[in-house]
Amino acid sequence: MISVQDVAKRFVLHNQGSTVIPVMQGASLEVASGECVALVGASGAGKSTLMRMIYGNYTVASGSIRVGDVDVATAPPRDILALRRHSLGYVSQFLRVVPRVPTLDVVAEPLLAVGAGAEDARARAQRLLGQLNIPERLWSLSPTTFSGGEQQRVNIARGFAHAYPAMLLDEPTASLDETNRAVVLGLIADAKARGAAIIGIFHDTDARAAVCDREVDVSAFAPGVAA
Amino acid sequence: MSADQALLQVAGLTKTYGRRVGCCDVSFDLFPGEVMGIVGESGSGKSTLLNCLAGHMPPDAGAVRFHMRDGTVRDTVRMSEPERRMLGRTDWAFVHQHAVDGLRMNVSAGGNVGERLMAVGARHYGDIRGAAVDWLGRVEIAEDRIDDRPRQFSGGMQQRLQIARNLVTGPRLVFMDEPTGGLDVSVQARLLDLLRGLVREMGLSAIIVTHDLAVVRLLADRLMVMKDGQVVETGLTDQVLDDPQHAYSQLLVSSVLQV
Repeated sequence: MISVQDVAKRFVLHNQGSTVIPVMQGASLEVASGECVALVGASGAGKSTLMRMIYGNYTVASGSIRVGDVDVATAPPRDILALRRHSLGYVSQFLRVVPRVPTLDVVAEPLLAVGAGAEDARARAQRLLGQLNIPERLWSLSPTTFSGGEQQRVNIARGFAHAYPAMLLDEPTASLDETNRAVVLGLIADAKARGAAIIGIFHDTDARAAVCDREVDVSAFAPGVAA
Repeated sequence: MSADQALLQVAGLTKTYGRRVGCCDVSFDLFPGEVMGIVGESGSGKSTLLNCLAGHMPPDAGAVRFHMRDGTVRDTVRMSEPERRMLGRTDWAFVHQHAVDGLRMNVSAGGNVGERLMAVGARHYGDIRGAAVDWLGRVEIAEDRIDDRPRQFSGGMQQRLQIARNLVTGPRLVFMDEPTGGLDVSVQARLLDLLRGLVREMGLSAIIVTHDLAVVRLLADRLMVMKDGQVVETGLTDQVLDDPQHAYSQLLVSSVLQV
């Protein structure tokens, strides 16, 4: 489902003496449907960078990144937008929403975007928010005023609202208590069971062990390191 | 119309003011349901480009091809003036930065919305009034304000009224020039929410000129960065903002003050 081949990435800082910072080289990995792969490596090794490239958020210097039948490295914006809407979910560490929009609508939005009925979308959003222990009295409020942990859970609910065939999870269990961590791991297990291909970053080793089938150490993709 | 066909195809659009460049050789395609942001500093040519696209200003060169409702593709630059004006009242809408430029200030709120309907042939008073009430509701203006004039409205309300007036005829393409400029942030948020909902529900395509990067991040699917009349970078909005490639885009993104 997800196939990364020989990907390289560098940042060029034009306004800081045109400094070129090579950050990745020869990155390759494959993730099949129903499989969860953990990206590991020290801070700064490039876990998030690789994940952002797969999402199309960062450009790719060379190589290919296939998600389904789209090569994210070369696809026009329109194809990446369609891919993100239908096939590729991303749970980032930060919730970014239009202020003032009620939590329930924030969570239901990805479903509406793929054409689900308003009623079905809301019902699914309610179920997820309930599962993730967001009190019902908060559902009609904007999540921008919520605590960090609550925002993260809203973000997860939103990320799992639509059954994407491929998902990227950036620290989905960080800063969650035991109960909610178990809920999130359950959601990930369910997604795998229905055939989703998942790439995750987990600093929490127990969580990683619970849901991931294998690990890929991104340190091996550091420029200058022989693969 | 299939979603695979571009709604708007812009090719080589150029406008100069004497020896000064307004915009130079701008080309892009816009598809149904897509929102494109155009950012750049003052004087970068983004408003010139928008005005050329919307037919408010004749470009020196280039084509603006629009996929008409009847399935034909027409170059709007070479259309007759009456045809272009008709397009401006039906399939196209233009939201000005200053609501006073897009509203008739001595006509009631309901009249402002109804006028556009009458311009496309609506004559039944009850229907027109009903549509006006419906649209005022959608932009969150209370029904009992329908007979008030825009002058009696706050800036945010005027802007929402301008949007209602523009969208009542069910356009397929909306041009917006700094739609949230000059509004305080709480009003901005409300307007952004409104615009996002309308874009999704009506399947609108939109081109939004702004210098507010936070606005484009929330509203636009794609982004075009302009400098000195040239397009220096285009791409997915979040890619251009998070991993800008051009020196000027990098400067623009890194210059935003954090709150």
